Amino acid sequence: MKKVKQIRVLKPFDLLSEELVFIILDLISPNPSDLKSFSLTCKSFYQLESKHRGSLKPLRSDYLPRILTRYRNTTDLDLTFCPRVTDYALSVVGCLSGPTLRSLDLSRSGSFSAAGLLRLALKCVNLVEIDLSNATEMRDADAAVVAEARSLERLKLGRCKMLTDMGIGCIAVGCKKLNTVSLKWCVGVGDLGVGLLAVKCKDIRTLDLSYLPITGKCLHDILKLQHLEELLLEGCFGVDDDSLKSLRHDCKSLKKLDASSCQNLTHRGLTSLLSGAGYLQRLDLSHCSSVISLDFASSLKKVSALQSIRLDGCSVTPDGLKAIGTLCNSLKEVSLSKCVSVTDEGLSSLVMKLKDLRKLDITCCRKLSRVSITQIANSCPLLVSLKMESCSLVSREAFWLIGQKCRLLEELDLTDNEIDDEGLKSISSCLSLSSLKLGICLNITDKGLSYIGMGCSNLRELDLYRSVGITDVGISTIAQGCIHLETINISYCQDITDKSLVSLSKCSLLQTFESRGCPNITSQGLAAIAVRCKRLAKVDLKKCPSINDAGLLALAHFSQNLKQINVSDTAVTEVGLLSLANIGCLQNIAVVNSSGLRPSGVAAALLGCGGLRKAKLHASLRSLLPLSLIHHLEARGCAFLWKDNTLQAELDPKYWKQQLEEMAP
Amino acid sequence: METEDDLCNTNWGSSSSKSREPGSSDCGNSTFAGFTSQQKWEDASILDYEMGVEPGLQESIQANVDFLQGVRAQAWDPRTMLSNLSFMEQKIHQLQDLVHLLVGRGGQLQGRQDELAAQQQQLITTDLTSIIIQLISTAGSLLPSVKHNMSTAPGPFTGQPGSAVFPYVREANNVASQSQNNNNCGAREFDLPKPVLVDEREGHVVEEHEMKDEDDVEEGENLPPGSYEILQLEKEEILAPHTHFCTICGKGFKRDANLRMHMRGHGDEYKTAAALAKPNKESVPGSEPMLIKRYSCPFLGCKRNKEHKKFQPLKTILCVKNHYKRTHCDKSFTCSRCHTKKFSVIADLKTHEKHCGKNKWLCSCGTTFSRKDKLFGHIALFQGHTPAIPLEETKPSASTSTQRGSSEGGNNNQGMVGFNLGSASNANQETTQPGMTDGRICFEESFSPMNFDTCNFGGFHEFPRLMFDDSESSFQMLIANACGFSPRNVGESVSDTSL
Repeated sequence: MKKVKQIRVLKPFDLLSEELVFIILDLISPNPSDLKSFSLTCKSFYQLESKHRGSLKPLRSDYLPRILTRYRNTTDLDLTFCPRVTDYALSVVGCLSGPTLRSLDLSRSGSFSAAGLLRLALKCVNLVEIDLSNATEMRDADAAVVAEARSLERLKLGRCKMLTDMGIGCIAVGCKKLNTVSLKWCVGVGDLGVGLLAVKCKDIRTLDLSYLPITGKCLHDILKLQHLEELLLEGCFGVDDDSLKSLRHDCKSLKKLDASSCQNLTHRGLTSLLSGAGYLQRLDLSHCSSVISLDFASSLKKVSALQSIRLDGCSVTPDGLKAIGTLCNSLKEVSLSKCVSVTDEGLSSLVMKLKDLRKLDITCCRKLSRVSITQIANSCPLLVSLKMESCSLVSREAFWLIGQKCRLLEELDLTDNEIDDEGLKSISSCLSLSSLKLGICLNITDKGLSYIGMGCSNLRELDLYRSVGITDVGISTIAQGCIHLETINISYCQDITDKSLVSLSKCSLLQTFESRGCPNITSQGLAAIAVRCKRLAKVDLKKCPSINDAGLLALAHFSQNLKQINVSDTAVTEVGLLSLANIGCLQNIAVVNSSGLRPSGVAAALLGCGGLRKAKLHASLRSLLPLSLIHHLEARGCAFLWKDNTLQAELDPKYWKQQLEEMAP
Repeated sequence: METEDDLCNTNWGSSSSKSREPGSSDCGNSTFAGFTSQQKWEDASILDYEMGVEPGLQESIQANVDFLQGVRAQAWDPRTMLSNLSFMEQKIHQLQDLVHLLVGRGGQLQGRQDELAAQQQQLITTDLTSIIIQLISTAGSLLPSVKHNMSTAPGPFTGQPGSAVFPYVREANNVASQSQNNNNCGAREFDLPKPVLVDEREGHVVEEHEMKDEDDVEEGENLPPGSYEILQLEKEEILAPHTHFCTICGKGFKRDANLRMHMRGHGDEYKTAAALAKPNKESVPGSEPMLIKRYSCPFLGCKRNKEHKKFQPLKTILCVKNHYKRTHCDKSFTCSRCHTKKFSVIADLKTHEKHCGKNKWLCSCGTTFSRKDKLFGHIALFQGHTPAIPLEETKPSASTSTQRGSSEGGNNNQGMVGFNLGSASNANQETTQPGMTDGRICFEESFSPMNFDTCNFGGFHEFPRLMFDDSESSFQMLIANACGFSPRNVGESVSDTSL
């Protein structure tokens, strides 16, 4: 903004070269409102800005003719906000930004057919990337049309369930330059189609075959690809040891392999799969059916350069972990999330070998105790991310060490742990901490939080879900110290009042605000946030009974970037809902159990919010709303969720946790 | 005769030494000598063929058989046998001496025993092998003559010339394979015992040939010209529905077996086991060196006609029949299902009808496959071929057939020719070209919904020309043609494809 003002003072518009203005625009482009004010300054600025902008994310496909006429140099068009993109709209895109368009995202859109795609494919000759995910009605004939886009390099066809080998075959023959292909959930595509893709498109670098009914047969062709870097085989149950037995390959380019949830793959199949991939860096074996034992770990012999391994949900033995540490000692990322069998012995022997470890995920490893955490802190000084949700046996003293030894931490998840104020004091010395999750930490108070507020000025995300020891004082120190805060969750912190909200309104970058179950916050506090946090996108006010239409009116007026709102179990009426129609990009609304909602008002509000994609309403409204209206909204791309749960009395937080622990095994 | 004998000997010598291991060169000479002596009786059969070619060209079959019997009688020569046996005796003595020597020296050379032992063993093994082979072949040479002596009954082919044709041909084939082996010196050691086996399992071999009768493809048969007898049946003879006729009532039959069954009706003398038995089963000496029969097509200018420069003979009578019908007759049998495919051999029609309509896997080139993996293998192999998505079932078949006609007429231009040339080089032209025209049809059918849709936007001519620059596939050219592009542009794309 400053630079713009300088220009305006000097008024050297004619002297200013286009290149210079473009550099200025590059610098201010992170903030859309700045760009808007720039282009509204004068006619020449308006034209320069339209010339400069390359990527567009329109809210309605109806606007396409106008915005594409204005922005002639559009290269990237993201239509994820437009649930309904007709053939006409695609034809408009083809005509107006034909050869300049390089990337198009239709993953969230429907209502188009082969005719529109053909138009697009023939007009946009330089189209490099297209995302057609979720086109569940797409058939082989439509895929044959996509194959007309000869210059295509990146293609996503996730969840195109009607597609078969024939359609993929057409694409494989037509789009020879493909280098990134995602066929996730294309359950109609088998070995033949994938094999042909590997034979015809020699430039493929990334191939996502998750949940496809393929066997090891097509992997013989795939692993011959010279440039293959990423191969994702998540949930491919057909890939088994027998079909991989004869696999001999030498795929030196392979860097990432995801074999998670491949239930029929044991260490024998894995050994042949990894036999030629000597330069593999990332390996995902999450939810693998076999035990990660010494035998299993021996299959990793060939991939000693491994940098990241994920073993989420696997059963591991101490020997196996030790062997992994010995074989792959250059590991930087280890994920053992939900590996309930991990013991102190196993983890200690693993991290002892990994001096270079940057990221560690031990979520829900409930057997771990202070011994492991001490070993981690002592042997991994470079740790950047530590996720240890629900490691409830770890005593509070262990956290003191983390703050002392791991000064580079940026991400720390301590949800459901025994950490106390002393621990937070120690952690506050991690100056670059940007994400801190302290949900269900019943031992922390305002005092501990104030250390964080004073120390971690880079904090962007703070989660205090059900940390009931927190009051307004703690929140105000955070709001003062962490001005970059983008996400905060103060749900079920019952002592929070409007004061906290007023202090939080200082964090002008706030995008996500969740205050579910805070009975003391009112519309006044909400208004304060709405007025000053212009980027607010997600608001959760469920079970805040004091929130009423006044708060929503303020939101509707000031928060033009709001995308998602939950006002279930509040005092909101249809007046407030109707006012939300003023927000152009609102996509998700949840209004369940709000008494005083009249069907006609809800209908008007739903009609008013043109970009709505998801509406969560009480089941009783289903019969009260006219069926034709529901059909109309569904045709516009809005999905309905009908909920029929009655408001339960809020339980005592301590009792709640006790209950949770009883439920856990 | 003598000069030819010498020529054969030298041939034998050079090739047999080639097949020996270089390590055992000293005994290689002796085996060479062994083969030359053995050659005397082997050569006889080769010479038979040489002689048989000249008189056998147009002569009756009867004459040939008589001639061969004469030759066979000559083949049994006790003197040759004696020389063979004495040579083998000599050879065994040599080997015995060698072993004695080795036993004597064994104690002195303890140190180098390991490397020497291997060499010695190899040496002895080679010699023994050659002795065994000679023994077997000598014994084998006795067999046909024994058989010949036993076959006292007159050959069945003396009765009816027509009915004798088929078994005779089969015998010829046997002999052909045998003579081929004899000519092939490299494989000689292992092939020599074969004639004996063939004799014993004569029945089986004949059956095999019956099965193979269908295909008239000459698989790797490289008979030197003149090493076989060429027969040429007349057109009427080939097209005649029956080849076997009843001598009493004149009724014609396709098979001899049917004729024999028919004959039972003419009296009790035809009901005996001997009369009903397969006439040539025991009486024809199978493995005797007989003249190979090959057939020529009566159609002048055909590659299968003996006047053709690169004449390729047909193996059997059935081959001749099928070849003549397929190549030089009208295709009068139409498939009742697709009404497009025509055949001149009724068996071909039946084979086609079995699969007609089942080939639902379509390639853009028009080739259809009954199996999906075969289609994908085809597409993986050829550049520019794509899977063709079949039309929706809702489209009536009548409209597609009319469309087919119009498109065939309309697209008869330069581009089309280029397309055909471009892809026909991929496969056998004769078989591919009918498919090619089909391919164009299939493609247009499958993409006609697109045409319909694009009409809404103002037709193809509005498209930028850039799109057709990358015309490696026949697919795009068709669009180019359909849209009435300038001939220059079409020409360019044609040249691209033919490259």
